[in-house]
Amino acid sequence: MKLNNGIIGEKYTVSGMKLPMAAKRRLEVLGLTNGTVVEVMNNKSGGTMVIKIRGTRFALGKKMTEAIEVMD
Amino acid sequence: MKSNDNKEMTVAFIGNPNCGKTTLFNAYTGANLKVANWPGVTVEKVEGSFDFKGEKINLVDLPGTYSLSSYTMEEQVSRDFILSDEVDVVIDVVDASALERNLYLALQLIELGKPVVIALNMMDIVEKRGMEIDLHRLPEMLGVPVIPISARKRKGLDILIHAAVHHNEQSVPDRILHEHPNSTVSKHRHDHHDEYVMVYSDKIEDMLDNIEDRLRASYPDEKNYRWLAIKISEYDSDILKRYPIELKDILSQSMEDVIINEKYDFIEEIIDECLVGKKKTEEWTDKADKILTHKFWSIPVFLLIMAVVFFLTFAVGDFLKGYVEVGIDYIIGATEAFLINLGASKQMISLICDGIIAGVGGVITFLPNIIILFFALAVLEDSGYMSRVAYVMDGIMGSLGLSGRAFIPMLLGFGCTVPAIMASRALESKKDRMKVMLITPFMSCSARLPIYILFSEIFFKEHAMIAAYSMYVIGIAVAILTAWIINKFGKTKSENALLIELPEYKIPSGRTVFIYVFEKIKDFLQKAGTTIFIASIIMWVLLNFGIHGYTGDMTESFGAMIGKIVVPLFKPIGLGFWQIVVALIAGISAKEVVVSSCAVLFGIQNINSELGMSMMQQALEGIGFTSLNAVSLMIFSLLYIPCAATIVTIKKESKSAGWAAFSALFQLCTAWIITFLVYQIGMIIL
Repeated sequence: MKLNNGIIGEKYTVSGMKLPMAAKRRLEVLGLTNGTVVEVMNNKSGGTMVIKIRGTRFALGKKMTEAIEVMD
Repeated sequence: MKSNDNKEMTVAFIGNPNCGKTTLFNAYTGANLKVANWPGVTVEKVEGSFDFKGEKINLVDLPGTYSLSSYTMEEQVSRDFILSDEVDVVIDVVDASALERNLYLALQLIELGKPVVIALNMMDIVEKRGMEIDLHRLPEMLGVPVIPISARKRKGLDILIHAAVHHNEQSVPDRILHEHPNSTVSKHRHDHHDEYVMVYSDKIEDMLDNIEDRLRASYPDEKNYRWLAIKISEYDSDILKRYPIELKDILSQSMEDVIINEKYDFIEEIIDECLVGKKKTEEWTDKADKILTHKFWSIPVFLLIMAVVFFLTFAVGDFLKGYVEVGIDYIIGATEAFLINLGASKQMISLICDGIIAGVGGVITFLPNIIILFFALAVLEDSGYMSRVAYVMDGIMGSLGLSGRAFIPMLLGFGCTVPAIMASRALESKKDRMKVMLITPFMSCSARLPIYILFSEIFFKEHAMIAAYSMYVIGIAVAILTAWIINKFGKTKSENALLIELPEYKIPSGRTVFIYVFEKIKDFLQKAGTTIFIASIIMWVLLNFGIHGYTGDMTESFGAMIGKIVVPLFKPIGLGFWQIVVALIAGISAKEVVVSSCAVLFGIQNINSELGMSMMQQALEGIGFTSLNAVSLMIFSLLYIPCAATIVTIKKESKSAGWAAFSALFQLCTAWIITFLVYQIGMIIL
């Protein structure tokens, strides 16, 4: 599934990203790599999210969360 | 590297955003640089120095960055400086409470080959969360000294610098002890575990070896081939340009994602070995976020918070302002008596009392309002709420073609437009930055506050606060409308989605808030002592001298002549009074000058006192200036050029004089058009 459909309070594992190179690198540098567990802290307007990656909260726009593939 | 004989060394602070570099810099140098609890406060390289046991240490504070691959203007500043030869020792400031993410940059810095010391900051928070860091194993795994500190509590500072000095002089590198429990010992043909902290998979290591060989052949005098090889394999555009080599048979695509992934795999190993204890989650950040970033409530809550900020600024500020007025009255009285005693000429007394004290004093009375506004902003900034505002506003900003991140400069614009425009550096795309530079000046800054307070109190009495508050709303509306029009008719759409770290909430630090407010007071008084002081003198001269020399009749002065030339332009917007026009022209130097000029123009010595206001009211009524004209004046002041410094800053930040000139003209036109509409519609209704 796509991360933007994630439910608040649930944890998912990243399995892929279909983002432009620069955006993908930015996320990877922050520790959002394949296999990383993300916790959904908040989700509004179908994908503007707050997620927790490796202990840190990040706010992510919809364009990004729609492009991140995750597994339960 | 510089020699140590002259006992001087340069130390650079680098680290992730919001990890406490500037707090540390302030602690060492005694500087009062702004710190706050959101990522991206520092956007410029700042230098300072201090003595440590007879050695001069040059400290450089750099903007925060998550990696050495730069994406924004401020990250580029940090990267360029770290790569330059100016740095002797790099101190990587690491937020120990977010060790995992911070270690990525640490590994990159270690690979760079310069002496690195890790400052493990926020150890107090780590302890509070019931965690412990193995300070024996961590430096073993990283091969560099790791010093636990608390920048906020000023603990471990001497040891950190001692370690940096020692590390700079050290000739034998620290031993690296690898112990990879999950993998078998490498049978690679050239195993690198003795040399390097970060050893990649065999496939990558082979590739790096090949690139290194080729680099050695083409560029025999380099220091760190491994680092260059890693950067080349990441397709780092800067390094590829500087070291063009044949790559076709070795590298067919960027290996950056593999390299990032392997670094994080190693970081996970480090965390497994070095981080002990279970992390207690910061419950109150989650609880506060439930309301502050709530789907529906977050925007009303934000508006409520801003309403409280402005209520405090107006109501409490006004209460305190009364005391300042009494003080100013006393000063005027004493000065006048003193000058008369001295036998000063009439002109001299007039210059000092009606010019300087009236002008400067008229502005200084607003100090309490300004202190409270900045106090409130400091509390907001240091609490951790700023990042949340970016998230909350992302929807609205999205429909304007900007990310929520762009709202932070706008919000800072309520304080002062100049740093607000500089804060736009944190945006990735140049187009977004230009757009933000164009709309931020419409956010009503603290310098415009005196105009609203003065005129709304004279003309709207008990509704003064609503009149002033509505100026802020109009400012936001015009900013949003401008962005919307650019987005609607602009050719290119922004691709940049929101990405911002949300720090834990904390109780604002007394010291941070104090420094923030203190610096603003200093700026304000400095402005009163320079710009406003000089503007008041010029204004007095222009109003008391005409072509026939000194004149008692202002209508014959140079000021009146200038004003009368431009008056026809201002008539359609309800500001066709030469006195007001002169004040507005002078106000381009700084917005407070509009008020100080009015004081000089109408010869009112203490313009904010009750007496001063009623004199001002009589004077204004005398020239036919009504409440509708007051509204026009307030709106025009809100929207036209905020100050000369803003234009200079826009020029500097956009690197384009044309853009700065355009934005000034744009502000003037917008101000004229909107004031015109308000005045003409007002004329019909009233």
